[in-house]
Amino acid sequence: MDEDPFLERGNSISQDQRAELGLGALVFVVVALLLAMLVFVFHEAWPSFAHNGLGWFGGGGNVDNQIQAIFNSGEYKTAPVYTFHAWPLIWSTLLITIGAVAIAFVSALFIAVFMVEFAPPWLRRILEPVVRLLASVPSVIYGLAGVLVLVPFIGNHLIAQSEKASVTPTIQLSGSSLLAAVLILTVMIAPIMIAIFADGLRAVPRGWLEGSLALGINQWRTFWKVAVRTARPVLVAGTVLATARALGEAIMVSMVSGGVGFAPNPVDGLIFFFEPSQPLAATIIRNTEGLSSPPMKHTLYAIAAVLLFSSAMLSVIGWATKQPMRRYGMVP
Amino acid sequence: MTAAPARRPDRSTASWRLSDRLGLGLAWLLGLLFCAIAAAIVIYFLVEGIRYLRPNLLVTNPAAASSESQSGGFLDPLLGTLIVGAMAMAIAVPVGIGIAVWLSEFGRPTGLARVAESSIEMLAGEPSVVLALFGTILFTAPALGFLSQTTHGVVLGQSFFATAALLSLVGLPLVVASTREGLQAIPSHVREASYAVGKTKIATTRRVLLPAARPSVVTGTMLGLGRVISDTAIVLLLLGGTLTFSTANSTPVLGLLRGTGDTLTGYIYYNAPTGDGNQPSKAYAATFVLLLMVLALNLGVDFVLSRSRKAVTWR
Repeated sequence: MDEDPFLERGNSISQDQRAELGLGALVFVVVALLLAMLVFVFHEAWPSFAHNGLGWFGGGGNVDNQIQAIFNSGEYKTAPVYTFHAWPLIWSTLLITIGAVAIAFVSALFIAVFMVEFAPPWLRRILEPVVRLLASVPSVIYGLAGVLVLVPFIGNHLIAQSEKASVTPTIQLSGSSLLAAVLILTVMIAPIMIAIFADGLRAVPRGWLEGSLALGINQWRTFWKVAVRTARPVLVAGTVLATARALGEAIMVSMVSGGVGFAPNPVDGLIFFFEPSQPLAATIIRNTEGLSSPPMKHTLYAIAAVLLFSSAMLSVIGWATKQPMRRYGMVP
Repeated sequence: MTAAPARRPDRSTASWRLSDRLGLGLAWLLGLLFCAIAAAIVIYFLVEGIRYLRPNLLVTNPAAASSESQSGGFLDPLLGTLIVGAMAMAIAVPVGIGIAVWLSEFGRPTGLARVAESSIEMLAGEPSVVLALFGTILFTAPALGFLSQTTHGVVLGQSFFATAALLSLVGLPLVVASTREGLQAIPSHVREASYAVGKTKIATTRRVLLPAARPSVVTGTMLGLGRVISDTAIVLLLLGGTLTFSTANSTPVLGLLRGTGDTLTGYIYYNAPTGDGNQPSKAYAATFVLLLMVLALNLGVDFVLSRSRKAVTWR
């Protein structure tokens, strides 16, 4: 084109090598930055883990009072306090994450199957952008919807006065509850799952389905037994990624889950679903001013380290489970 | 004339087993329910937004006041969202394209490619509070003190620079994934044709591959921008959450960017009943504006995708 072809050929090797080196260095820097994140966060977290040992993950005492004591010890420059037993926070994280992922998985699977195979074309044209839209609504807007609509509804209509009275000294049933957090989180992560599931289902070769249909198997059974089964790795990968998102969701959950370091107790019967709690990520958001107090800072980084480690593990699992589909030549 | 496309003769489900028919029914039900929930959320916020949004909210600055008539609008948070989005994408797009090109066109040594691929995947799943805390360590380091404010030798670590840097990590995986997908969709004979006329690899990438993958790059950028302006945790921790801009010094642009501020997401969080401001009407109005931005980005993605689908395919 505009360059002299011989001139270009003359320094082509060095030009390409320069580009490769430059881009490689860029990639290396980004990877190094992410590794530095792991190192820095765990380094800051170490004092909290070192003082508590495995008891960090266990229960014992009121976690809200522990946080207060840790914060005060740094703020008033007394001997640093590190005693922290995070079990209520971990339990709340597990309940909310598993609850939301379980509901979202079943609904997302049915919706993805519907969207890919059974929906009439006009509905498909609506569903696809709707999935993308719901996946991109900011979490603070979901939180706002929760705190202004769902939480008052649960508080005023679903919880009886007698139930509120029965637990009054320990906790308040205002409507900020496990139920609210799980429901909204389900709506937040289902679109992510639907999008990934649908990509996987679409990647299943058409011929495999035709083969089954030709044998007289009906369309539903064919799709369920052939396409959904083939796409299993993608189902796992999508679920794992959505779990990572649910685990780290801090803003919305901090708005609707109640903000009390209380471990909801399944033995309480129906009230269990209405009990407030506070998961790990929301604890960080609610205590950001504690960063000025050194022991509190280390405790918050310890929480972050647990989240970082779990979501990194989930990402690795998600990445690994997608590989079988690639091997079949189906890239979702 | 060819025959009409083969249509399955019998689409009735009458002959199906009951369990299959129930399954199909459930799929219909959940599909419609999903649309209904989406419509409910969007319509609710649009209606409430129109009810509370006044033009003067867009041009006045927020003030900490207990009455709604005195607490002002959200000019600075709105500008903050635009600044932060532009800055974060200014970092994420070039870096993302670079990483995608390297992964798809070079990718050697293989070990580094593996590590890079899984790190980007990991970054995509990382909670933004964790990124925000990492940003706090990074930007309170004395060496990076020039990017925020320093009082009595203590680096504050909260500024537009810090926020944009960490938010670019939020947008990065989306840019990389989308660009890479676009590059990989280009068949190898296109590259070979370019090499055959004497183009170098990098010239091919710049003149042939990247222009061909432009729709993917644009899609990735818009998806990334959507994620960036929706993020709240990083804004709360790294932008300071001062309702208005508070500049570091009087230097026109740098002073602003080294100072603290707020974005729409931070403003909504502040004005939600759980926040310190607690003025839901202001939160509704700001939500309306933010939701319009997100909707516009979504429509943009749809537009680019549908246009690129219609474009000529490589054959």
